[in-house]
Amino acid sequence: MAKEEAGNGLVFHPMDQFEIKTLFGDGPVHWYSFTNATLWMGLTVLAVFALLVLGTSRRAMVPNRVQSIGELAYGFIYRMIEDVAGKDGVKYFPHIMTLFMFIVFSNFLGLLPMAFTTTSHIAVTGVLAMGVFLSVTILGFVKHGFSFFGLFWISSAPLILRPILALIEIISYFVRPLSHSIRLAGNMMAGHAVIKVFAAFAAVLAISPFAIIAITAIYALEVLVAFIQAYVFAILTCVYLKDALHPNH
Amino acid sequence: MEGDIVQMGAYIGAGLACTGMGGAAVGVGHVVGNFLSGALRNPSAATGQTATMFIGIAFAEALGIFSFLVALLLMFAV
Repeated sequence: MAKEEAGNGLVFHPMDQFEIKTLFGDGPVHWYSFTNATLWMGLTVLAVFALLVLGTSRRAMVPNRVQSIGELAYGFIYRMIEDVAGKDGVKYFPHIMTLFMFIVFSNFLGLLPMAFTTTSHIAVTGVLAMGVFLSVTILGFVKHGFSFFGLFWISSAPLILRPILALIEIISYFVRPLSHSIRLAGNMMAGHAVIKVFAAFAAVLAISPFAIIAITAIYALEVLVAFIQAYVFAILTCVYLKDALHPNH
Repeated sequence: MEGDIVQMGAYIGAGLACTGMGGAAVGVGHVVGNFLSGALRNPSAATGQTATMFIGIAFAEALGIFSFLVALLLMFAV
């Protein structure tokens, strides 16, 4: 293990920030333990609640600042679903809005100092992506029955190529939850690990000004990436939903 | 001595895995460059396609992130 080398090994451990620890007492982590992941997920839900429920509680016709941010987020996701999945995709707005708000708040809260990013764990993003994949597949079968397999049979290609294309389409359909989850988890983990690595460089006196400027630049990039990754997760969910609702190529 | 060779292999593998990110950078630049050249010819149609551009960027970048993930795993989790 890299951590146990004395002297000639690594002296900083940028991946330690992703460790899940129980907050009270040093026991092993059970499914019911209160861990740092539990705390930060709870804070994420509280933050979404504070923005959307408490912020719009006054229901003013001329919105105040918090209400208008909530309305902006609502309209943004509503228009995105309408554009990508069509009018009948709007029925699934609550699921996609929940996903987007959870991921964007979880990403942004992870940027606070000493915070823990829950979406940097494949466990969290895997469950989100698996939920999307299962719900979209089951929806496709419920709505279209066996003609859902028309998603894989590309009728606009020459007949000779269709079996090969069908095989490729099936493989890429099953890779979807994998890439969906790893994209978000990898982006978050990579961003935070890079910040930690640059922070270790800042301890070396000779290059510490450049290291601190680099940390600031990477932090700005991470703010952008946090929003973009949440947006990409939501819009890909809409694309998969559109595939389930209209599987004819 | 055996443990050191395993460590050496892990670090060399981590360095080699980072070459995958070059391909990701080229891919993302390709997508954005094509978007820009199309947008400068037809600016009014460009705003409707920014969503497609972001989806393309996400797909191209995801594979670079996968290779970075492999590098990180080799560095710190082997």
